[in-house]
Order: sequence, then structure tokens, then C-alpha cells
Amino acid sequence: MRAAVAIFPGSNCDRDMIVAIKKITGKLPIKLWHKDTEAPNLDLIVIPGGFSFGDYLRCGALAARSPIIKNIKNHISRGGALLGVCNGFQILIEAKILPGSLVRNRKLLFTCKEITLEIQNSLQSPFLSSYNAGDCLNIPVAHNEGNYIANNELLKELEHNGRIAFKYKKNSEIETDYNPNGSSNDIAGILSQNGRVLGMMPHPERSINFLHGGTDGLKFLTKSIEQIVG
Amino acid sequence: MKVIVNISLKEGVLDPEGQAIDSTLRNLGFNNFNNIRTGKQIILNIDKINENDVLKEANKMCQELLVNTVIETYHINIIEDK
Repeated sequence: MRAAVAIFPGSNCDRDMIVAIKKITGKLPIKLWHKDTEAPNLDLIVIPGGFSFGDYLRCGALAARSPIIKNIKNHISRGGALLGVCNGFQILIEAKILPGSLVRNRKLLFTCKEITLEIQNSLQSPFLSSYNAGDCLNIPVAHNEGNYIANNELLKELEHNGRIAFKYKKNSEIETDYNPNGSSNDIAGILSQNGRVLGMMPHPERSINFLHGGTDGLKFLTKSIEQIVG
Repeated sequence: MKVIVNISLKEGVLDPEGQAIDSTLRNLGFNNFNNIRTGKQIILNIDKINENDVLKEANKMCQELLVNTVIETYHINIIEDK
């Protein structure tokens, strides 16, 4: 397993992601710096959460124009797997690797809490193929701009082609804030057309130890890595 | 030439900051307004003589970085050097 974590000035979940990958593979992932113009052949690149470039201009906007992005695009055109978590998802959107937009949470609040994700009936993807549609994960979100929006045409395209990976799940009829940011169709994560790129707002690397309150994130990352290695 | 780029959210895109300002203005007793929208302004100098070239360059900047054209619109104002 050749994995790397791409780091930008202001990334702050890089270490947690490195710890999670080490825990699963027994090997430290490579660290890629935003200025790197060369990268080795890899199976998986993860863009971690944080506040790349201080969220200046728009979240992820400056990181998405960094030199490393060209490498990342080459990596996915070779069929490599790519995971963007939180700010990493915002960067993938700004880099136009994934479609749509992530805007300010509807209630203008930074939301940091555990939520329930429901796996959707998605297209073939190494990130999800160990799960069945309807399976649930409890992992935390922590973001200010996680409200996924897209025009109706794109939403239909995502729904019809199985490109929605997870939705925020309503646990009971009376629950009103199960969707922490106001995302269209309760979308929490989406896939690329070939299923090998996943952008998600929740943080699996923050749920890898019983002291975190759960290990659903570890299970998710472990299954993903198993599928990617094949 | 001095270039002022005004960026705002497209019609129909939720603007929660605008909504919050709207409700506070109403709390202060201002009721004679509607359609509040927030945005941002970016000011820069472009060293070119021809206004068309400046506009072209500024437009390219907007398309490549300054504006998220999925959700935002923009307007470029050029102020001639005196």
C-alpha cells in the first residue's frame, strides 16, 4: 500500500490521518507538500481537513491552485484513489475534481458533533464496496462550510448515477438537526464518475480509537484501504 | 489601472449572512428594505495602458481564481489613472 497525505499551510488533520493510516497499514504514509511538483506512484492520496491558507478567499480556493494539484490530477487519471476529508473535500470541489459547491452552514454556526451517516446505493467504489446501502456510520463532523449545493440538474445526475456516497441520517421522526449544515438532499459525501475519488465532510480519522467515542472511522478507512489494495 | 471586482452570490443561492443582517436591521427598526445580499470586493492595479487588455486580464483572474462561478457572479469596474 503506497499512501500519501497532502499537506497545505493550515492543514490540521494531517497528523491524525497519518496516525490512522499507520494504524491500518503498519507503514507511515508519505507526506506531500503543497509545493511538490513530483510525486511517486501511489495507490491512495488523502487530502486532510484543516484551514488551508486560512480559508482565505473561499475555503479550499487557494489550495486548489497549488502546484501539488497537478500531481493529484495525474494520480487520478492513472486510476489512483483519492480521498478528501472536510477541507480536503472543499479543495476537491474548488479544484473542480468534484462538482457542486460547499457554502456556509445554513445556521452560520461551526458545527462539531457526532452524526450518523447512511451509506447510499452508490456506483462501484473502493471506498464503499464493503458496505451495503443503508448501513450506518457514526463519525464526527467539524466544519463551518459544509452545506453542499448544486443545481437541480447536477443533483439529479448525482442521485441517478449513484454518485452520492453518504447522506446525513435522521435517527428519529422528531430529530430536526440531523443534517448539520443544510446540505441539499442531506448530502455528506460524493464520488467521482469512476468512484475512485471520494469527498466527504465527516472526519473518519477522528473515530479510530475507543477514546474517541467510536471506531467507525477506523473500520471505514480499513475497508477502503483493503479494497484499494485489492 | 485600478480594477475593482465586486463579487456576489447568484440569485437563488442561500445567503445566510445576508439573512442574519436582514433580521438585525429589522430589529433595529429598519423595515423599508428587501433583497439584502452580501458579497466581497477585491481591488487591484493592473499595469496596462489599454482598458480592453485590463478588462481581459481581470476577467481571466476572475474565471481562474477570484470567483466561484458555480455560485457567484461578478462585475469588474476599471478606474483610469489620473
